[in-house]
Amino acid sequence: MLESVIAGLAGLASGSVFLFTQGLPNLIMLLISGTLLYLGAKKGVEPLLLVPIGFGCLLVNVPLSDLMDQGGFLRTLYEAGVANELFPLLIFVGIGAMTDFGPLLENPRILLFGAAGQVGIFVTLLLALALGFPQLEAVAIAVIGACDGPTAIYVASQYAPQLLGPISVAAYSYMALVPIIQPPIMKALTTPAERVIRMKASKKSVSQTTKVLFPIVVTLLGGLIAPKGLPLLGTIMLGNFMRECGVVARLTKASENEIANIVTLFLGLAIGATMEGNAFLKPTTLAIFGLGFVAICLDTVAGVLFGKLVCFATGGKVNPLIGAAGISAYPMAARVVQTQGLRYDKKNHLLMHAAGANTGGQIGSVVAAAVMLSVLKGMGLV
Amino acid sequence: MDKWEFGLTMMIVGVGGTFLTLWILSVAVDLLKKVFPLAQQENTAEKKP
Repeated sequence: MLESVIAGLAGLASGSVFLFTQGLPNLIMLLISGTLLYLGAKKGVEPLLLVPIGFGCLLVNVPLSDLMDQGGFLRTLYEAGVANELFPLLIFVGIGAMTDFGPLLENPRILLFGAAGQVGIFVTLLLALALGFPQLEAVAIAVIGACDGPTAIYVASQYAPQLLGPISVAAYSYMALVPIIQPPIMKALTTPAERVIRMKASKKSVSQTTKVLFPIVVTLLGGLIAPKGLPLLGTIMLGNFMRECGVVARLTKASENEIANIVTLFLGLAIGATMEGNAFLKPTTLAIFGLGFVAICLDTVAGVLFGKLVCFATGGKVNPLIGAAGISAYPMAARVVQTQGLRYDKKNHLLMHAAGANTGGQIGSVVAAAVMLSVLKGMGLV
Repeated sequence: MDKWEFGLTMMIVGVGGTFLTLWILSVAVDLLKKVFPLAQQENTAEKKP
């Protein structure tokens, strides 16, 4: 009897004993989860993602809880929607349903800003290879530069699932830090005269038919050029088609609200669950965070330099600051451009142009990832 | 294929492919706008509250 009682008590104490004897990584990760929860809940940094990620991280680092073992609920969530890339794709349907591509359609050439804003991805790929990461891991890390959480998760879960935790956290953290990262780069690369260039408001020129056909055309053309990325392009465009065709309002609302909310919760928890101490606390994690930061800086550099080129080519009709909005962080990057424009000229409203470049960045990031995956397929690496 | 050949190929084809794809899409949107122009009626209707 006494032995049974002692064994029972030992079972109750085993978690604490483990934590304070051999659970240093768990302890550190519990502190990190606390930081993520603090940033999300108290500081409002991407709370919809950081709160579930932080809590998932907390759950998985309580010793001996077995939540990520076969049959554990976090493992079930992970396999249901992350291992098979379902959750990021469902989020994309919601993003498509929320996004108004109107400003982009008014001036379609602005899509090219969305291409310039992805250059950082490819330079970072070289840097990741230089640091010794294997090819597919380097690709997954470089996609942090898409500044697009679901795309980063989609690529990482397919080609570097072991790096999913750090890549996801880096992607969402840097998206939230766009208003801090971009302005110094924008200032450093532009002259005072360039920053105060006023751009003409574009005339309304897009019919509803064009808006409805746009997602179909993007899906078909994008899918033909880069078929491996069709799930990414197809889901964002499905959401946008539902929004623009106007006959499935219930589905559109469900996509941008209920489905997006539920999937965001499950996705965040499942990502947090990949942040188990022994897997997360490695030098590679630091390298991933460093490379992610470099990628987003390079995206901004390339975007602004492309803006300067367009400014020169158009005889000064384009403010190069809008190049910084060619990344996918929507609508943050557009707001940064608007704020910076007003900072140097209180009557210079760049928001509509920046919003066009920013939605171009959303398409650009998905296209860049799609192109990468199709090139990998062409090389026989996937 | 060594890592530098891989990296440079990805960079050249990746950047080029992304620009090309988005340029094609922008041309397609231009065509859509030409084929389905904004009708005067639609424009006026949009301006009304």
